[in-house]
Amino acid sequence: MTLTAIIFAGILTYFTRMTMIALISRDMLGDKIKAVLEYVPSAVFPAIIFPGIFINDFGTFIEMNDPKIFGALVAVIVGYFSKNIIATISAGLVSYWFLIFIVFN
Amino acid sequence: MLTKKQLFTRGMLDISPHMLSVIPFGIICGAIGVELGFHPYLVYAMSFIIFGGASQIVFLQLLSGGASSLVAVASVGIINSRHLLYGAVLSEYLEKLSFIKKLLISYVVVDQGFAESNKFFKKNRSEEFLHYHLIGTGCTMWVCWQIATLSGIVLGSFVPEELGLKFAIPLTFIAIVVQDLKKLDHVIVMITCGLSSLLFFDAPFKSYIIISPIIALFVAALLLRLKK
Repeated sequence: MTLTAIIFAGILTYFTRMTMIALISRDMLGDKIKAVLEYVPSAVFPAIIFPGIFINDFGTFIEMNDPKIFGALVAVIVGYFSKNIIATISAGLVSYWFLIFIVFN
Repeated sequence: MLTKKQLFTRGMLDISPHMLSVIPFGIICGAIGVELGFHPYLVYAMSFIIFGGASQIVFLQLLSGGASSLVAVASVGIINSRHLLYGAVLSEYLEKLSFIKKLLISYVVVDQGFAESNKFFKKNRSEEFLHYHLIGTGCTMWVCWQIATLSGIVLGSFVPEELGLKFAIPLTFIAIVVQDLKKLDHVIVMITCGLSSLLFFDAPFKSYIIISPIIALFVAALLLRLKK
């Protein structure tokens, strides 16, 4: 029963991946649409970033002094200047841990 | 001209830093599935059949919370519908491939792989075997995801929950978009998407994850019009 649901979910997910790649040809997308699609990373990833920071495991908003906000800010600053993915993730995590384990402990 | 092997390796290298967040998240995903009371084989089957991080957790949480299979499947479909946007962007670079190759390569299109390969594609349009970069990012992600979720299933949550490693996921995506903060139009689009995602967070079936990009792309279209 659950396996059937997993298979359906898998097929559906595969279709989201395959549809545009396999069924759309270059001429179907005009220049205007292509120009808008340039923004896809900026238009999609904040929908993963913002809830990941501002909403907790119980689906409610965090306090304004939550360590995650500080960690995210540090990650943005380090990422902006270092242009390095590992540095960005580590800086965010370490500053978050510093607050939850040392300062707020 | 880079060879297929060089492009594949380049793809692997470009996505590998993201494994810093993907691997702990995969372990958590596997462990949560077992904790929620699902059979280990089913939890693993998801990594193979669905192969989609957050959507796998949501699927199990909904089912264990008493939601119908239909609701769980619909939620997975909606969460993963963002791939339609990635596909639309990538189709331009993959159009020379045969239909079969397009069908195969589609299976390994993931968020981080799309982000890194798209960056590479924009700078190296003239390369003949560009798609090998996408295969490199996708396969690296696939192998790491399988191993990580399997270890979470077998060993349980050996990653201490107090570490809050789920926070590494937004950090990975910050690393992806942070350089675009230099461009005002991108900043406006990002803020639009981010605020919409908070505003629509409680919308049914986790649909905030596709509603907010659509609103943000609409704003992007308006900005392009203003620019002219």
